[in-house]
Amino acid sequence: MTVIVTAGSFVVSIVLGIISAGCATSRSPVLRAISYAYVEVFRAVPILTQLFIIYFGLGSIGIKLNPIPAALVGFGLNGGANLTEVFRGGIGAIDHGQTEAALSIGMNPLMALRYIVLPQAFRIVLPSLTNFAIGLLKDTSLASAVAAPELSFDANTLVERTFQSPEIYILLALFYLAMSLPLSALATSLERRSARGHRA
Amino acid sequence: MPLVRIRGLHKRFGAVEVLRGIDLDVHAGEKVSIIGPSGSGKTTLLRCINYIGQPSEGHVTVNGSLIGEKSVGDRFVALSDRSLARQRAGIGMVFQRFNLFPHLTVLRNIELGPVKVLKVAPAEARERALTLLRKVGLADKAAAYPEMLSGGQQQRVAIARALAMQPKLMLFDEATSALDPELVGEVLAVIAQLASEGMTMILVTHEMQFAEDISDRVIFMDHGKIVEQGPPDQIFHAPTHERTRAFLRAVLDRRAKPL
Amino acid sequence: MMPSWSLIAVWLPLLVVAAVQTLKMAAFSYVLGVIAGLVIAIGQMSEHRLLSKACRVYIEFIRATPILTQLFLIYFVLPSVGLALPEFTAAVIALGLHYAAYMAETYRSGIAGVPVGQREAAQAIGMTRTETLPYIVLPQSIRIILPPMVNSAISLLKDTSVASLIAAPELMLRANDLTSEYYMPMPLYIIAGIFYFMMAYPLSLWARHLERFARRGYASAHSVSR
Repeated sequence: MTVIVTAGSFVVSIVLGIISAGCATSRSPVLRAISYAYVEVFRAVPILTQLFIIYFGLGSIGIKLNPIPAALVGFGLNGGANLTEVFRGGIGAIDHGQTEAALSIGMNPLMALRYIVLPQAFRIVLPSLTNFAIGLLKDTSLASAVAAPELSFDANTLVERTFQSPEIYILLALFYLAMSLPLSALATSLERRSARGHRA
Repeated sequence: MPLVRIRGLHKRFGAVEVLRGIDLDVHAGEKVSIIGPSGSGKTTLLRCINYIGQPSEGHVTVNGSLIGEKSVGDRFVALSDRSLARQRAGIGMVFQRFNLFPHLTVLRNIELGPVKVLKVAPAEARERALTLLRKVGLADKAAAYPEMLSGGQQQRVAIARALAMQPKLMLFDEATSALDPELVGEVLAVIAQLASEGMTMILVTHEMQFAEDISDRVIFMDHGKIVEQGPPDQIFHAPTHERTRAFLRAVLDRRAKPL
Repeated sequence: MMPSWSLIAVWLPLLVVAAVQTLKMAAFSYVLGVIAGLVIAIGQMSEHRLLSKACRVYIEFIRATPILTQLFLIYFVLPSVGLALPEFTAAVIALGLHYAAYMAETYRSGIAGVPVGQREAAQAIGMTRTETLPYIVLPQSIRIILPPMVNSAISLLKDTSVASLIAAPELMLRANDLTSEYYMPMPLYIIAGIFYFMMAYPLSLWARHLERFARRGYASAHSVSR
């Protein structure tokens, strides 16, 4: 379940992040304001609160979501806000001269974007993206905290329900270690591979 | 006794040998320019003189003291950081990228060394710093921060900073290579002034005309060795080695030639 | 589903108190993180092979596991080796030790971010390696580490919400309590969200300001003609 939620949220986050970055760099002040508000709000509120609002809050006004879609929406929205800055930085970091050079050999703006700017931007955002993926993997641990309980919020019940034998938590830690470390290793090797063409 | 004596200097970076055996003497008051292609080891050589770069083999002596090491019986042992620092205080270095301390004002950049290293009284250090600033023509910039200055101005402050330590020897590592062309002249003027006052200096430079004008001796280096050295007249107008000639041809003849 | 104003009037004081508890938890954890992070960063740079390895392992472990798991380990597992901590303390320690690892990495990048030419220039005027630290290296690293340190503070503040899952006193727990009493999760969690926003947004503005400030002062490394 962790993997589905992580992977799905990752995709949603990237889509939302790119759209939001696009708005943030647009010439329309309205779009820029929307992006700013989206980013600031979703980055100032804990993911747990956001999940609770989506799962329990919406549920109470009639929009009942299953745990997995709720997690996808929650992590997706939150992730998109976090990735906005990453994508914005990636696009902005590509020297204008690159676009100008592309246009001067006859490419149209869309081709320039696709063949020249985005591949280079991709290399720049890759480390942040992989860091984000690892963070997402860890955050999904909260999804299980939300999905498990029914509608009773009594604090004690919450504690009793999560109190199991201590070994479980050690196992849990090892589980996350087992998932994160290969991801980190993959991230490092991807970085090295895509950086190869870049060294002068 | 020469001020600087270098014997058998080798420097390796991993498998690459950048300095392949350098022997060099520089006398007090002498101005020596080192020219040569990139990768010839000129900067590496300079940096070994004040041990900012550590030689792999060979010895450097400045003003009678072995730099970076001391002889214990028949062996050589590395100097403590403290002793090495004291040695470096007597040698001034000017870097290609200035390396001014960005978080300090110009004045503070210059007086920091005297106050913290030489333990000079703050008031006297300040006086010294202001005098030096006047000397390099930047007295009005004392309270400015490095980032507010042009490259040429920053390099002049860097020279003042090195001079504040009252060194016996000045090392210039491509001091004007990072400057826009119109700013080069003001820095060269300061260096020329220093030369005329009798400072012993070793300059790594690409400014051939300048090297010819102020040097007592010019050294041409290539592939980690000294190929040829002699008075500027000889090196620039009657070089004896083909490599020297080839280098000078490539550097001095800038006219466009068909491929 | 809109709550009446009298209801909100009942909730607000309770939520405010809880928000203050959140701030307290965040403050204590942050201080612990800053100090412990410094210890770990220094340990990592030490010449003692074992010590620096241990610090590296610690950092990697913290970064690879969720804060929730670490919190559970401290609250549920430690008692079985004799150390049973009250909820607030357990949360502060878990959060503090978690962010210590990130602080250590921040400190490391701060020192590494000072150009090597700076240290060389300081050594060229006769400073020992030790002397270069307080006069040249550290002052410049502070400018580099401030933005990430404020961003960590924001993340820490948000992560205090996780402590609600071990029933430590803070904002989300109070929101949970009120929801189980009044069964109005939507307005309650939204109000909680607003409280978090009011605490975190000023920090976010400060971080942006510091990021601009951090870019100043490095023009000396590049040739400039003005």
